[in-house]
Amino acid sequence: MASVPAVLQSEWTKIRTVSSTSWTLASALLVTVAMSAALCALMKATFDELSPAERATFDPTFISFSGMILGQLAMVVFGVLVVGTEYSSGMIRTSLAAVPQRATFLFSKIAVAAALALVVGLATSFLSFFLGQALLGEHRTTLGADNVLRAVIGGGLYMGLIALFSMGVAAMLRSSMLSLGILVPFFFLISQILSAVPKAKEVAKYFPDQAGAKIMQVVPEALNTEKAPYGPWGGLGIMLIWVAAALVGGYLVIKKRDA
Amino acid sequence: MIEAVGLTKRYGAKTAVYNLSFQVRPGAVTGFLGPNGSGKSTTMRMILGLDQPTSGHVTIGGHPFRQLPNAPRQVGALLDAKAVHGGRSARNHLLSLAQLAGIPARRVDEVLGVVGLQDVAKRRSKGFSLGMGQRLGIAAALLGDPQVLLFDEPVNGLDPEGILWVRNLMKKLASEGRTVFVSSHLMSEMALTADHLIVIGRGQLLADMSVKDFISANSADFARVRTPQTAPEQREKLTGVLTEAGGQVLSEPDGAMRVTGLALPRISDLAHDADVRLWELSPHQASLEEAYMRMTQAAVDYRSTEDQLAGLQQPVPPGYAPPQPVIPEVPQQGWYAPPPPGQNPYAGAPAAAPVAPQAAPAVPPAAAPAPAPAAAPDLTKRENDEDAR
Repeated sequence: MASVPAVLQSEWTKIRTVSSTSWTLASALLVTVAMSAALCALMKATFDELSPAERATFDPTFISFSGMILGQLAMVVFGVLVVGTEYSSGMIRTSLAAVPQRATFLFSKIAVAAALALVVGLATSFLSFFLGQALLGEHRTTLGADNVLRAVIGGGLYMGLIALFSMGVAAMLRSSMLSLGILVPFFFLISQILSAVPKAKEVAKYFPDQAGAKIMQVVPEALNTEKAPYGPWGGLGIMLIWVAAALVGGYLVIKKRDA
Repeated sequence: MIEAVGLTKRYGAKTAVYNLSFQVRPGAVTGFLGPNGSGKSTTMRMILGLDQPTSGHVTIGGHPFRQLPNAPRQVGALLDAKAVHGGRSARNHLLSLAQLAGIPARRVDEVLGVVGLQDVAKRRSKGFSLGMGQRLGIAAALLGDPQVLLFDEPVNGLDPEGILWVRNLMKKLASEGRTVFVSSHLMSEMALTADHLIVIGRGQLLADMSVKDFISANSADFARVRTPQTAPEQREKLTGVLTEAGGQVLSEPDGAMRVTGLALPRISDLAHDADVRLWELSPHQASLEEAYMRMTQAAVDYRSTEDQLAGLQQPVPPGYAPPQPVIPEVPQQGWYAPPPPGQNPYAGAPAAAPVAPQAAPAVPPAAAPAPAPAAAPDLTKRENDEDAR
């Protein structure tokens, strides 16, 4: 049996020796922080033009994470490439010939990549928060305020879970291009559009990104967002169910199908 | 020791491998031969547990591959030279594989030296040629110093120096008591490398025997006898004597005689008794290539047809008959193994062959495989080729 520490070490070598790791994770961090900072600056400049209701529910924490809409796509690419390149390069056959135990192989790979995504996600989340609050000026909040720390850590968890979900999907579809072709439009367009369409948004509420993003809100109905039938942790729980389903699906595919 | 029992693999309606049973023993190089699409790679993947057999099973040292304790230390495999992440350097690729089996990093540098890639170890494998990729794959197979080695088409894309190196490497590994299983479609290569052969066609076992047995079982050995050209009466005399003694004598285009059914010393004795001088008395054995072609002729999946270029022809104006392409009447069969004497319709009438015997052998393009880089069996093949005309 290939021991788990050995596989973890090997997967760490694999992940740190390809350039896609650094550029996807770096762009996830930079895009999120930069876009969040820009929106915070814009919000400060235009705060006086907001309606009284919007001002009353202003959520300085959530606004400093607004860049994640774009930044999460880099996380999706990271997650997909970690798993998908094994298939597109044919490396999967070399890997599985060396680690015949499918579960050990897949979950070690995913654990290493998820840990890395989580660390980068947390760094992104804290950087976005501090930079955003600095730019918001008098409208800022602090880490010590109610629920703010939960939202900031939740932002990091959200990024990590998005990457994890993408890895599960890539393991199911066994192709980088196919996985990206489905996940990127889904997170960037479909989920965003459906959440604005009446009726459809009742379903869209339960999409992994919509549900998981609730953890980052301190004010539940901030900036005209709908009140969800679940709380912040409930939302994260829904996202976890999606992630678990994707991972189980990915495991069943790698176990049953010929490599 | 690799043991397959009733191995069958179906992909939908297509049966890739059917009821394949064989053993690969340690201490010998076992060649695994078959035409393209005959199921060699599928079988290799099933041995490595990558594909699940539809029925039957295959074990390595008594265990199914997936249950092997620390597989990389027991089995090394080269499946596909390009099965590496192109963005990773050769050294890092091997390092990640080494760490799986707890192999220290200095072993990585060792195998890089063994395959001659130490100078490009830090380069991304994306820029590697096919030959360099093969070397990297062989390095990965050798990494764990395994007792069982599988190589799928290891000499593809290698230069002559590399082919020689792989050949010697296989032999050395086998001489150390390891099990070496090499697939190839290059017969001439296997003739020089393998001790034992397993031949499949359309996913079914065609032969499982030693190289020597394979050749003699699949071809007719003959002796070539040449008498002085200045004395045709001696030739006739010897023909009579040999036929009387139970041999079969056929004429060859250049005046030599092809004798079957008599051992060389006996031919010499008979000639001596008849007072006939001999200018040549040489043993001939069909090459592995010929024996293989003969065996798998019926089991080739992808056979090319004559290129008629019909799709490129200009539309013909009515009333004009274009000249028909002339297909030379080269006996197709003659290019393969020399048919057993007495059954060859062309051997008796060499003058009918349209190509002069001294001309370079114009092999029918439809059946020509890539010229084998190894010279020795190639020569015998051409020689017989000319002889058959």
